[in-house]
Amino acid sequence: MENSDQIIQYLLSGLSNGSIYALIGFGFAIIYNATGIINFAQGEFVMLGGMLTIFFLNVFRLPLITAIALAVGVSTAIGIVFERLAIRPLKNASPLSLVIITIGASILIRGAAMLVWGKDTHALPPFSGNDPLYLMGATMLPQNLWIFALTAVIIIASKLFFHYTIFGKAMRACAFNSQAASLVGISVKTMVLLSFMISSAIGSLAGIIIAPLTMTSYDMGIMLGLKGFCAAIIGGMSSGLGTVIGGLLLGILESLGAGLISSGYKDAIAFIILLIILFLRPEGVFGKKETERV
Amino acid sequence: MTKSQRDIIIFTAFGLAVMITPLLLRGNYLLNVFVFIGINTMLAVALNLLLGFAGQISLGHAAFFGLGAYISGILTTRYAFDPWMAMVAAALCVGVIAFIIGFPILKLKGHYLAMATLGFGIIVYIIFNETVDWTGGPSGMSGIPNLSLGPIIFDSYMTNYYLIWVFTLLTMLLSVNLANSRIGRALRAIHDSEVAARVMGVNVRLLKVQIFTVSALISALAGSLYAHTMTFIAPASFGFNFSVELVTMVIIGGLGSIYGSFLGAAILTLLPEFLRVFHDFDIVIYGLLLIVMTIFMPGGLIGGFEALAAAINRRKEA
Amino acid sequence: MLSLQRITKTFGGVTALEDISFNVESGAITGVIGPNGAGKTTLFNIATGLYSQDTGDVYLGGQNISRLPPERLARLGMIRTFQNVELFGQMTVLENVMVGLHTKSKSGIFSCAFKLPGQIREEKTIHRRALKWLEYTGITDLAGMTAGSLPFGKGRLLEIARALASEPRIILMDEPAAGLNSRETMGLAGLIKKIRTSGITIVLVEHDMELVMDVCDTVVVLNLGHKLAEGTPRDIQENPEVIAAYLGDG
Repeated sequence: MENSDQIIQYLLSGLSNGSIYALIGFGFAIIYNATGIINFAQGEFVMLGGMLTIFFLNVFRLPLITAIALAVGVSTAIGIVFERLAIRPLKNASPLSLVIITIGASILIRGAAMLVWGKDTHALPPFSGNDPLYLMGATMLPQNLWIFALTAVIIIASKLFFHYTIFGKAMRACAFNSQAASLVGISVKTMVLLSFMISSAIGSLAGIIIAPLTMTSYDMGIMLGLKGFCAAIIGGMSSGLGTVIGGLLLGILESLGAGLISSGYKDAIAFIILLIILFLRPEGVFGKKETERV
Repeated sequence: MTKSQRDIIIFTAFGLAVMITPLLLRGNYLLNVFVFIGINTMLAVALNLLLGFAGQISLGHAAFFGLGAYISGILTTRYAFDPWMAMVAAALCVGVIAFIIGFPILKLKGHYLAMATLGFGIIVYIIFNETVDWTGGPSGMSGIPNLSLGPIIFDSYMTNYYLIWVFTLLTMLLSVNLANSRIGRALRAIHDSEVAARVMGVNVRLLKVQIFTVSALISALAGSLYAHTMTFIAPASFGFNFSVELVTMVIIGGLGSIYGSFLGAAILTLLPEFLRVFHDFDIVIYGLLLIVMTIFMPGGLIGGFEALAAAINRRKEA
Repeated sequence: MLSLQRITKTFGGVTALEDISFNVESGAITGVIGPNGAGKTTLFNIATGLYSQDTGDVYLGGQNISRLPPERLARLGMIRTFQNVELFGQMTVLENVMVGLHTKSKSGIFSCAFKLPGQIREEKTIHRRALKWLEYTGITDLAGMTAGSLPFGKGRLLEIARALASEPRIILMDEPAAGLNSRETMGLAGLIKKIRTSGITIVLVEHDMELVMDVCDTVVVLNLGHKLAEGTPRDIQENPEVIAAYLGDG
């Protein structure tokens, strides 16, 4: 009995972390589909979300909701600057240069955050208290509920955006065939910029909702970013739902692995899964296989 | 003067400069910095073979460096191996590992290759931290013996300098040779057009794995040398950040340029020393350097110099 | 020399080639023509191992080479050029041709790094032979230039020089005249004939009818993935089905 309680506990915390991975993975997939770029700086926007919210809360004494809105706004602005200064100047760049540029950006953002906020970890107060809830013998914090709810809202909202708004449809058209899209008058440049904006906004939101649970520091973005990428890879980089399932799956495997095998190797689990998938099925578990054309 | 004659002259001049440098340096501090430049040059040249020549990125090279260091450390401290034997064992071991993982990893391209090598690097880093019984975990491993050759024990800054630089110069010489050979050309061909290289009979898949293996093996050798000269190692030296630093060295110096890798390694080793005043600024500067160099000077410093020289020549002719 | 037998290839449900068979005679120049979308390049990609066919087999000199990778085919003496000219852009013209000699040399990483005596000798041979092919194609004066900076027509010649350097039995050229002006095309026709006299079998995919009719011994016509006709240039020019296919196309 105790054992199964424990397992439920692992599942819960796995789902909660998994939601965050799914959101970050979403950010990866959005940029990848618009540009073919894997943005190695994705995780830094997650860090920025948490750090900026804490900054606005503590320094300007703003109410939580305002601080969150401002943090998302600033992160998005940084995403815009990043795209304009580092991505747009490179026309027809090789994947190698793009990898290096986005890594450069990630180091730069991380370094700047360290200079501004120092190396300490910071805590964001939970959105609605710390009194645990009990569910089937497992405990859960209200923040976990916030994570589930907000993840669902963000994912549904982006689904609606991509399928029912003119911008969303235009972005999907670009992802499908950017040449054809530009022929029918869609500005591919604008869509690329938009993808960076949405992606950094979603990333920062993910960082904000997880911050009360995990503490935030300037270097938290690397690991979270990589795990988000892992979620996106499981999902095949394109299918929206695939990434969500990928994230949740990763979260659960990680938390079960940490609980039942060894907590020290928790972080390794994501990367082992990542390697296995890249080796065996690089198009993802839920992705479609593409016919290679020369 | 043919190209190969010019290569010999440049290498001889460089080698002589390296050999007399310690006589001009005052104090152990600078000598020690130059020991690090040597190790980093060796690593950057090794990575350049893969990144600059074959055009295949690795964000996990610090892992090979670390594996070399730890295998050497464990074999000498626990199994009383002779340090030289440990070094050979470490290099072979890492070579075999790289060869085995090379096949699935190098099937991947671009971003996916970057992510896979990164993942490999992080897994190895976690293993260094977690296998405490073997590695001493995060607090590191000490008491690794120095190398010795007959009566000479490599335990002073001066002896270490020559030890490291002999290996570094050898690495550079062999890499220059390789660059101007059938294999070097095939690697650069892969970089420029994989499909054309295959059609011309280059076994792209095998050659990529071979160069990956050689690159990992040299990195492991550098790791062993590092372990035996510092006598203390800890996982922090072999993490993701160091992998990125190595890539930065190669990019700053110039993809495919052996002397560029030296330049990149020297700059990135000296930078934190000069910036010590500005504590922690170095990471921001690495980031900026990576972006700015990739956008404005894709050939790196050496490429920049060459372009400048060509421009001056053209002006002279005109 | 080269024999394609009952090749079929589909891309995601669309049939690109259906049941294509023909033989290429040793020492002859065979042209493959057809309107856009006829499947000519796909056929080339299958013959040279870049695509794999759904069904059917390819034979080279009696040996079944279906599903062999391109690097193996190069060693068997089959080499190709590309419609858009695939050069090694950052290498010099001479180095490009030297890569062409890859299959004619064998030094490994070790002997190259340590400059073993055999490797030095081999390197000299590679250098000498590469220069010979530059001269053969008339681009010796460009040897030191970066391949990526060549004008298109010269790039085409370099690609042919690089292919010849591997001393192939058979060369497949994918639209060698595409992007060339009429003077360059005339030069190309001369070069193709010269290559044939040295005993190398040639297959051309080509749009330029004048070139095809000038140099080819046999012409195969594809239309919408099917083989429409095969015969001498004269037969083909008079074949009503071929005329209809071309007129119908535009």
